[in-house]
Amino acid sequence: MARWGMVIDLDRCTGCQACVIACKAENNVPAVGAKEAVRGRIISWMQVLTEVEDHDHPGEQMRFVPRPCLQCDDPPCTKVCPVYATYRNPEGIVAQIYARCIGCRFCMAACPYNAKYFNWHRYQKEGPGQNPDVSVRPKGVVEKCTFCHHRLQHARERALAEGREVAPGEYVPACAEACPARAIIFGDLSDPGSEVSRLAQSRRAFRLLEELGTKPKVIYLTEGEGRG
Amino acid sequence: MADRADTRDAVLLAPIELTGRGFYLTVGLLSLLILWGAIAYWTQFDEGLGVTGLHQPVSWGFYVTNFVFFIGISHAGTLISAILRLSKAEWRRPITRMAEVITVMVLFIGAGQILVDLGRPDRMLNIIRYGRYQSPLLWDATSISAYLTASIVYLYIPMIPDIAILRDRVGKRKLLYTVLALGWQGTEHQQKVLNRAIAIMAVLVIPIAVSVHSVVSFVFSMTLQPMWHSTIFGPYFVVGAIFSGIAALIVAMVAFRKAYGLHGYLKPIHFRYLGQLLLVMALLWFYFTFAEYLTGYYGAEPEEMKVFQAKFSGPFWPFFWGMVLTNLIIPILCLVRLGRRTIGKVLIASLSVTVGMWLERFIIVVPTLSNPRLPFGEGIYWPTWVEWGELAGSFALFALFYVLFTKLFPVISIWEIREGREVGLKEVEERLLTYLPDTAEPRHAEPERGW
Repeated sequence: MARWGMVIDLDRCTGCQACVIACKAENNVPAVGAKEAVRGRIISWMQVLTEVEDHDHPGEQMRFVPRPCLQCDDPPCTKVCPVYATYRNPEGIVAQIYARCIGCRFCMAACPYNAKYFNWHRYQKEGPGQNPDVSVRPKGVVEKCTFCHHRLQHARERALAEGREVAPGEYVPACAEACPARAIIFGDLSDPGSEVSRLAQSRRAFRLLEELGTKPKVIYLTEGEGRG
Repeated sequence: MADRADTRDAVLLAPIELTGRGFYLTVGLLSLLILWGAIAYWTQFDEGLGVTGLHQPVSWGFYVTNFVFFIGISHAGTLISAILRLSKAEWRRPITRMAEVITVMVLFIGAGQILVDLGRPDRMLNIIRYGRYQSPLLWDATSISAYLTASIVYLYIPMIPDIAILRDRVGKRKLLYTVLALGWQGTEHQQKVLNRAIAIMAVLVIPIAVSVHSVVSFVFSMTLQPMWHSTIFGPYFVVGAIFSGIAALIVAMVAFRKAYGLHGYLKPIHFRYLGQLLLVMALLWFYFTFAEYLTGYYGAEPEEMKVFQAKFSGPFWPFFWGMVLTNLIIPILCLVRLGRRTIGKVLIASLSVTVGMWLERFIIVVPTLSNPRLPFGEGIYWPTWVEWGELAGSFALFALFYVLFTKLFPVISIWEIREGREVGLKEVEERLLTYLPDTAEPRHAEPERGW
C-alpha cells in the first residue's frame, strides 16, 4: 500500500504563496473577509510561515516554511478526538469527517503545528465556481489539509476504468502542482525509487518538531550548504 | 419529644413554608442574568462560535475555563461532606447538606459548559454513538456522569428522613414529599439501613470525586503542549478543586445564614474550622503551583519558557499575579488569626479564592494556546459580551438552582441535628473514653517483664 508523503525544499521556496492560493481554490477554503481575518480566523490549509533570521535587521533575511497538514504517522490530533471524526487512514493520510465532527476543538488544541482550522461562522454556501469534488464545510466543524485526497480518488477511478495501477505522478495535490519553483515534491514514500523517497533520504532532510515523535510525512530540506 | 424538637428546629422549615419578598427579588435578579446568558447563547447558536473572542490559535477560552472551574467547585460538596462524615467530625451536621447540594447543582452547570463550547451542539450525542475511549474527553464524560449519579444519590439518601418530616408537617406538595419519603417511618431498622447506605455512599463517592478532576486535568496533560504536558496535573487539579470547593461552600453558608436566619446553626466555630481547612488547602495549592512552575523554569525548555514568560511578565501577568494575590496572599492574611470577626474574614478569603481559582484555570488554559511552537503570530484572547453573558448566566443559574432547592427541602439536615443532640453527645463521650487509657482498673506501675 502506498504511503503518501511530501518533500518541501526550503532552498527552492521563494515565499510566493502560489501553493496557498492553489490550495484555497482547489479545496473550497473560504475567504473569511477582512474583519474576521483581523480577529485571527483566517483558514489556510497551506500556510507559509515566516521566520525572521536576523532579529537586528528584520525583513532583511526571511525564512519561508510552507506548512500543510504534516500528516503525522503518530498524530496527536486523532488520539484526542472523542468521536472518530479525525483519524489516520491506511495510506497515512489524516482524514477529517465534517459530518461527524462535534466542534469541540480538542484536535486543534492538541496539534503542535496548528494545522487545524475551525469554522467560526458559516463562511460560505454551496455555489457556482466551487470545486464540486470537495464538500463545503458547515459552521462549527474543524477542517484541514487532506493532501487533496479527492484527487487520489479521481486518479484511482481513472486507473480502474483503464484497467491499470495508479501511475507515479498521477496523483499530486494542488499545492505541489502549483509551485513555480518546484519546491514541493509529492509521491509515494513506500516506493524506494520515487523522487520523494530519494529526497527524504537527503542529508538536508528534517521534519518539523521532530523531537515530539509525531513522525510527520511532510519532510523539509534545509537551505543549502552555505546557510549551514 | 418529637413535638418539642419540631418547635426547636422550626426555623429550618420556615423557608419552605413561607416565602418573602427577598425570594422574589433574588429570583428576579438571577433571572435577568440568566436572560443575558440565554440571549448570548442563542446568538452563538445562531451565528456560530465566531461571536466569541475565540480564534486561531486560542481555540479554547472562557468556556473551557468555566468547565474546569465549575467541575472543581463540585468537589466542595461530596468530598468535604463524605470526609467529615467518615472522620466522625461532629461539627459537620449543619454543613453536609449544603455541601452536597453545591455538588449536584454545579455539576449540571459544569457539564453544560462543554455543550456551550461545542461548535455543533446538535451532534452532541455523537459522543455516545461514536464514542472513542482513547480521547480524554470520553473519560470526562464517563467520570462526570458517574459522579453526578453518585452525588444525586448521596444527596438524596440523607434527605429521606427530612422529607418524611416535610410530608408530615408541611401542608404543601403532599404528593411530592410522600413519594420521595419512600414510606419513611423512622423505625430502628430503617435508621440502620439508612446509616449503612450513607456510609457506603460516602466511601464510594471519594474515589469518584478524585477521578473527576484528575481526568479533567488529563484533557490538558495528555497533549504535547508546553506547560500542559505535566505529570502533576492530576493531583494539582484535585487540590485546586477541593480548595475552590471549600471557598464556594463557605460563601453559600454565609449567604443562607443571613437570608434564612440560621445564626443558631452555623456558628463562628463552623466557619473557623472551615477557614482553617481553607488555609491548609491554600498552602497545599501553593506548594503544587510552586513545584509546577519551578520545574518548568529550571528546565528552561524554550517552548515552556515562552509560555512561562507570557504568564510571569508577558501579556498574562495581571492574571498570574492576580491569582497569586487572591489564592495565597489574601487567604493567608485573612485566615492566620481567626479569633475575632471570624465570619467576615473567612468570607473575604473565600470570595478571594473563588476569583483566584477561576484565574488559575484561565491561566492554565489560555497562555499555552496563545504561544504556539511554530512562528505564528501570538494570539491574544479577548472575550466578547457573549462569553461574559455565559459566565454571568452560569453563575446565576447555579444560584437559582440552589435557591429553588432551599424552597423545596431544608438546607440544613433536621434529623442529623436532632441526632446530634440525642445520640451524638453520648456517642462522642463514649468514643472519647475509648481513646483514653483505661481508668476502670488502675494498674500498678509495674514494669513489664524484660525491662
